Amino acid sequence: MPEILSLAGVSRHFSGLQALRDVSLGIAGGEIVGLIGPNGAGKTTLVNTVCGVTPASAGTVTFAGRDITRLKPYQAARLGLARTFQIVQPFAEFSALDNVATAALFSQPGQSLKAARENAREHLAFVGLDGQADQPASTLTLAMRKRLELAKALAMKPKLLFLDEVNAGLNSAEVEKATALIRQLAAGGITIVMIEHLMKVVLNVCTRIVVLHNGELIADGAPRDVVRNPAVIDAYLGQQYAQRHGAHG
Amino acid sequence: MTRSSIALAVLLAVLALLPLVGGAYALRLGTIACMYAVFALSWNIVGGFLGYPSFATAAFFGFGAYATGVLMTLGVPLPLALVATLITCLLAASVLGAVLLRLRGHYFAIASLSLVEVLREVVNNATDLTGGGMGLNIPLASNSSVLGDALFFFYAMWIVLALTAAMVIAVSASKLGFGLACIRQNETAANMVGLNTTLYKSIAFGLSACFVGVAGGIYAAWVHYIDPSDVFDILYSVKPIVMALIGGLGSPLGVVCGALVYLGLEEVVWRNYIQIHSGLLGLLVVLLLLFLPHGLVSLRTRLFRRKAGHA
Ligand SMILES: Nc1ncnc2c1ncn2[C@@H]1O[C@H](COP(=O)(O)OP(=O)(O)OP(=O)(O)O)[C@@H](O)[C@H]1O
Ligand SMILES: [Mg+2]
Repeated sequence: MPEILSLAGVSRHFSGLQALRDVSLGIAGGEIVGLIGPNGAGKTTLVNTVCGVTPASAGTVTFAGRDITRLKPYQAARLGLARTFQIVQPFAEFSALDNVATAALFSQPGQSLKAARENAREHLAFVGLDGQADQPASTLTLAMRKRLELAKALAMKPKLLFLDEVNAGLNSAEVEKATALIRQLAAGGITIVMIEHLMKVVLNVCTRIVVLHNGELIADGAPRDVVRNPAVIDAYLGQQYAQRHGAHG
Repeated sequence: MTRSSIALAVLLAVLALLPLVGGAYALRLGTIACMYAVFALSWNIVGGFLGYPSFATAAFFGFGAYATGVLMTLGVPLPLALVATLITCLLAASVLGAVLLRLRGHYFAIASLSLVEVLREVVNNATDLTGGGMGLNIPLASNSSVLGDALFFFYAMWIVLALTAAMVIAVSASKLGFGLACIRQNETAANMVGLNTTLYKSIAFGLSACFVGVAGGIYAAWVHYIDPSDVFDILYSVKPIVMALIGGLGSPLGVVCGALVYLGLEEVVWRNYIQIHSGLLGLLVVLLLLFLPHGLVSLRTRLFRRKAGHA
């Protein structure tokens, strides 16, 4: 598969703080990439930089053969880049259905509101929220809002989907459900980059792991190699995890 | 069309019958009522639909008054001058909106407020064109009787109101209206689903300006004389906000009712308590907001709920 997304020497700083440092990375179509790293490593910033929320201070981002470094978020979205937010961002007064309809309506040219709503129903059903279609988003539980984020991202018919900690705050049954959905999406042909702290999920789902630490890419490769990488163990996984993993492997 | 849009259309139709029952005084009041309703409906696009607290109404009004006034002194007939005002106002405000609406909350409020000050100063200093602080005399638009004049300006303002209402109803039922509601609720998320928020905000600002500008033009032709401190009065910015709060933020029918109620209060209080009228008016507004925080439109649901409770 050819590369769908590539970052070449991407940096981003916030006044004095270097949140991303010369990151180069290529992602092939069909991959499920796990993006891991300690808190404040720059994972969310990487997503924001690709999506145009906080444009790169240096370097270039290419998506599907097009330079998107300077694109606005709405332009990136229309090209097929979707993301869920670490802190869920619903349209609180809108029903669950209308939340998803917005994505269908604005990401694809020439959509009517009626068509967008019909479209939205399918995606709500896919994430198991069809029973809540007419409920205002503000009344949904956190687990439901996370799934609503996912449905919204899917309604944009993305080529590449960033999932920013979709499992944070969910119980294990809910995590199971979410993981199954992610697998299904990947099988449907969407390239996925997931930021995830639950290593169990990462090892379960991802075909590749990328590790950020202090804004720098410190490891990139097959899951079983990355989790044995001393630099990764040092920066993120910790000795305990490595021993446990070593005992099993 | 929703039920409240139909109710709004009926209300406007009833208002159009005013000349059948009233004389010159009623017509003057009716003209002001239409003007206030134009303010409130227009403000509601940015303040209600989009959720940005705008104080720019006086800027649009004064700009429209002077644009039409200056064109008329140059010999342009009133209808043509109004069309030119409409287009200029729409375009200029759209461009400004793209810039100003980058600011949020209080910052935007203050920026929109300073727009009024800036325009007033510009008009004050462009003495050749506007007469500056001396004011501008505007040629008579018609030379009919006093009552004929009153009738003419009432219907002129009514037509602007009808156009504004039609525009607002169309917007609220459209993709644009849906997008504005998205931006109000969560601008970050709106961007991320592919909504061009800058474009939408800019259109909203343009639409909220153009008919206020035309109303300003008609006002100028109606009163024959304008000066900067009259038409760039900050009160023109504050009133529509109060009207919208009285009527119910976001609802077109609500804000028009709010405008009528406000005018009623203003007239009654002004005529009977002329010495303390601003204070009393302020007190009334505060009381209304305390006891009806969601505006008059919430009365219906409240009464309905109470009835349901009894049953
Ligand atoms: N808009 C911003 N303005 C200023 N600083 C920012 C901004 N966004 C991120 N940062 C800073 O950049 C650094 C990286 O933050 P980022 O959110 O990317 O981390 P993360 O890897 O997603 O962490 P977490 O696991 O906690 O979500 C942090 O120090 C953060 O405070
Ligand atoms: Mg993060």
